[in-house]
Amino acid sequence: MSTPQPPTPQAAPDWQAAPGSPYPVYTSPIPVVRAGLRHAVASEWTKMRSLRSTMWTLGVFVLLVVGIGLLTGAVVANSSTDVSTSNPLEQGFFGVLLGSIAVITLGVLTTSSEYGSGMIRTTMVACPTRSRVLAAKSIVFFLVAFVVTLVSSACVAVVHAALLEGQTSGPTGEQWFKATVGVALYVALLGLLSLAVGSLVRHSAGAITLMIGAVLAPLVVALFMFSKSLENVQQALFEYSIPNQLSIFYSNSLSDSGPSGLDPLWIMLGVTAVALGAAFALLEKRDV
Amino acid sequence: MIELEGLTKRYGGKVAVNHLSFTVRPGIITGFLGPNGAGKSTTMRMVLGLDRPTAGDVRIDGKHYEQLEDPLTYIGALLEAKAWHGGRSAYNHLLCLAQSNGIPASRVREVLDTVGLTAVARKKTKGFSLGMGQRLGIAGALLGDPRILMFDEPVNGLDPEGIHWIRNLMKSLAAQGRTVFVSSHLMSEMALTADHLVVIGQGRLLADTSMAEFIAANSRSYVRIRTPQREQLLDALHGAGVSVVESGAGVLEVDGDKSEAVGELAARHQIVLHELSPQRASLEEAFMQLTAESVEYHAHDGQPPGAVPQQQQPPGQPPQQPWGSDWKRG
Ligand SMILES: Nc1ncnc2c1ncn2[C@@H]1O[C@H](COP(=O)(O)OP(=O)(O)OP(=O)(O)O)[C@@H](O)[C@H]1O
Ligand SMILES: [Mg+2]
Repeated sequence: MSTPQPPTPQAAPDWQAAPGSPYPVYTSPIPVVRAGLRHAVASEWTKMRSLRSTMWTLGVFVLLVVGIGLLTGAVVANSSTDVSTSNPLEQGFFGVLLGSIAVITLGVLTTSSEYGSGMIRTTMVACPTRSRVLAAKSIVFFLVAFVVTLVSSACVAVVHAALLEGQTSGPTGEQWFKATVGVALYVALLGLLSLAVGSLVRHSAGAITLMIGAVLAPLVVALFMFSKSLENVQQALFEYSIPNQLSIFYSNSLSDSGPSGLDPLWIMLGVTAVALGAAFALLEKRDV
Repeated sequence: MIELEGLTKRYGGKVAVNHLSFTVRPGIITGFLGPNGAGKSTTMRMVLGLDRPTAGDVRIDGKHYEQLEDPLTYIGALLEAKAWHGGRSAYNHLLCLAQSNGIPASRVREVLDTVGLTAVARKKTKGFSLGMGQRLGIAGALLGDPRILMFDEPVNGLDPEGIHWIRNLMKSLAAQGRTVFVSSHLMSEMALTADHLVVIGQGRLLADTSMAEFIAANSRSYVRIRTPQREQLLDALHGAGVSVVESGAGVLEVDGDKSEAVGELAARHQIVLHELSPQRASLEEAFMQLTAESVEYHAHDGQPPGAVPQQQQPPGQPPQQPWGSDWKRG
């Protein structure tokens, strides 16, 4: 069938013929901005702070880390056990371990909830450079998780150091660093790994289950490995399980086997980099 | 201007969009019509770079969607389903969109006002009605004051006033020289708004024509006649060389605008007529005939197919059957 010419336009103030175009084209008075990562980050920050569920999850995290930290600290300080040889900050571990579940949830939801609600389509239409969206999400989430963990674990560490003042020789610089910055980096990376998994799985419940399984399964499996021949496997599962890696930030001495020092951080960094790399690659390939 | 070239999308074994080629031009409203599952939404998603085409290409003023540096100020889209998080307020939803494209926040208030959602701007979108959701989607499309607008079934869930509003909105947008591309199931709706028409069925292009041409070519007119002297009238008509069809229950039909001729003929032969009414097949019927072969999801109304010819509808009443009630009889 024939293709008719468009009707002749009525004179309108906005009319302007684009050069080289046979059609008059509308030009908006809104200034055109070349959108970049800066804009995507601002957008993701608004998304994060405008959801009540985000605030709740972070609130629960702080409550767990600080609440449990203070509780265990108080119990230990008032008991008569000798703690002079142990890390004075080690009681912070339990709160962070439980709190990490909240960070995992938040990390997963940052990406997967957009697939659940359909928001991802709007997001990708607004920012068709898909990798920029994931990068902005990662940056905003990592910074939020790091700062919140750092502040709450530092609070707990300061209180613990004060509570045990007379009973120990006081935390060393390395102990301070590991129990605050070290733990905050580790937890934020764990959250970033969850964010990558959320983007890969695209299903909130599935991704959260997967991540909590990854945290708990090695320990639980190791617990029931009674056979002598599996001793090495059991040992490895135990040593490289996430709770054990987390406890290394609070440990006093270097163990003779398994990760020690800042090893957990490098391990988590490697795993997260791989997962995030896969998330970036798959995001480009798949339909939104 | 949106140009599609052999655009094809396959989901597993299913071909959703099959070698589509057409152009959406500025300054007019292009209607995109097709029955359920025809591939309209899929085509629109491919224009927006959300779904990757299996084959073919789609360009916006010569560029792929990903190459647009200011996507929201270039093209605004209303997507098919609610595409936002229910826990966020309308204002914050639009704000995060605006920020991602460097659009000033003042624009958010403007578009909320345009679509009439200012009063509920701070409310969570979870509680929005279908029509409010549609308005929020339209606000998102208008946010960047773009030169191209794509609406996937914008009248879905709107009340009559809302439908009237969106109709006028689209017309004024097109009159400003913008490209407006709008999908619908409803031929009658398109007849009122669209200047150009693209019809698809099962992913294939069925028509790409101006609305005026489509109306001229497809609204068949005929004369409906009822008479107690059926034999005499048939003889008289045959004698005059007028072809006539019987459409059951004593009703005769003559193609064309021939009511005067038939009336005079009957008078000359002194034949009593109980009815002599000029009829026009609706555009909806024309559309259904066009897409009848490609309707995918048939509803069944319990009648055996072909039992009742469609012309037997009472005069002046458009056929009320839903989509796909086996229209191949027409
Ligand atoms: N992501 C997907 N995976 C598999 N099949 C799909 C997908 N999206 C669409 N389809 C199929 O492609 C076909 C076209 O769907 P589409 O949603 O584009 O139709 P439509 O014309 O928008 O229909 P409607 O009028 O009902 O909105 C349908 O048969 C649908 O089942
Ligand atoms: Mg659709």
